[in-house]
Amino acid sequence: MERIPILRMGRLLLVTIQVDMHDRLAMTLQDDLTNRIVTDRATGVLIDISALDIVDSFIGRMISNTAAMAKILDARTVLVGMQPAVAITLVELGLTLEGVSTALNVELGIKLLEKGNR
Amino acid sequence: MSNNKTTQLESIISSHQAELLDGWIANLTSRLVRRDKSSESELRHQASQFLPLLASTLKKSTTVNTSASDWEDIRHSLAEISQSRARQGFSPIETANFVFSLKSPLFSYLRTALADSPLELSEEIATTSTLFDDLGLYTIEVYQKAREQIIQRQQQELLELSTPVVQLWKNVLALPLIGTLDSARTQVVMENLLQKIVDTGALIAIIDITGVPTVDTLVAQHLLKTIAAARLMGADCIISGIRPQIAQTIVHLGVNLEDVITKATLADAFVVALQRTGSTISYSDNER
Repeated sequence: MERIPILRMGRLLLVTIQVDMHDRLAMTLQDDLTNRIVTDRATGVLIDISALDIVDSFIGRMISNTAAMAKILDARTVLVGMQPAVAITLVELGLTLEGVSTALNVELGIKLLEKGNR
Repeated sequence: MSNNKTTQLESIISSHQAELLDGWIANLTSRLVRRDKSSESELRHQASQFLPLLASTLKKSTTVNTSASDWEDIRHSLAEISQSRARQGFSPIETANFVFSLKSPLFSYLRTALADSPLELSEEIATTSTLFDDLGLYTIEVYQKAREQIIQRQQQELLELSTPVVQLWKNVLALPLIGTLDSARTQVVMENLLQKIVDTGALIAIIDITGVPTVDTLVAQHLLKTIAAARLMGADCIISGIRPQIAQTIVHLGVNLEDVITKATLADAFVVALQRTGSTISYSDNER
């Protein structure tokens, strides 16, 4: 079955989304991620969407929900690598992802999470 | 328009071409407001090309309907003249006069040629008049289109000119906005800003609205959209250059800027941006 890999970097988890999301995949990802946050005692989650040219309201909501789940498990989520065109589309759709922190790339995202943990 | 008795017209133009040309040019220059050497010689050139073209078209065409395919060359030539005049800033009257000025010299030749048959004369004059009215209207239409193109191009240029994104410091961008923000401009501003954020890896963007004359709910909404998009890319925005009146308007309109850092001047915003990115400014005593 198709799965999105979750990489561990210290106490951070890195999720790189490179394929089209659909319901099943999103559910599996949320399942896997919440499990890994608990087992790896992760304090931060990085979701990298730099490979996505299209982000619709479904993926937008999925990201918000995932961030909310991670927050309950005491891990901060940073969304990194959004393309300019994607940002404009999301804003036009009215999806500003209020609860989610953002960073330009993975490096800056890690910095942001480390700063928050100190 | 269906009248095809243009034999007289054609023969007159062919036989009196030089005289007609002189009469036409004299008529044209007397009506022209701005007069200089270059425009007069250009006029002569255009007129001397137009006359034989008209004669040959009349010869081969069976109709004086200017939208017929036989008149394609004439239309093309008139369109060129009209477009060049629109670009040079001639008035519509001056442009149309190019065609209308030919009327009176032509009529005088028609009168002498058909002096014996008044009925034929009046018919000829009516046909010729209609023909030249059509041609004149056509020049006006082309003129108008050329003008519209110029306006559109200028609008586009303005749009591109007026949205620079400048890098103030490592990781700090500034976006000095000048003029009103409408949705088309917001789109351009947003695209420029986001692309620049990607290119420079900026963490903070300062949007300076000193040059924005008024901020209403729509402008405020566009600003908030830009800020939201920049935030999605991981860059924070600071709004600076808010004038006292604008601060009052924003509050009266009930626009919510709570979540945005706002500063009165670009300098204040820059200091905040430096603090956020971990840079400091120090003044040395010996260099004043």
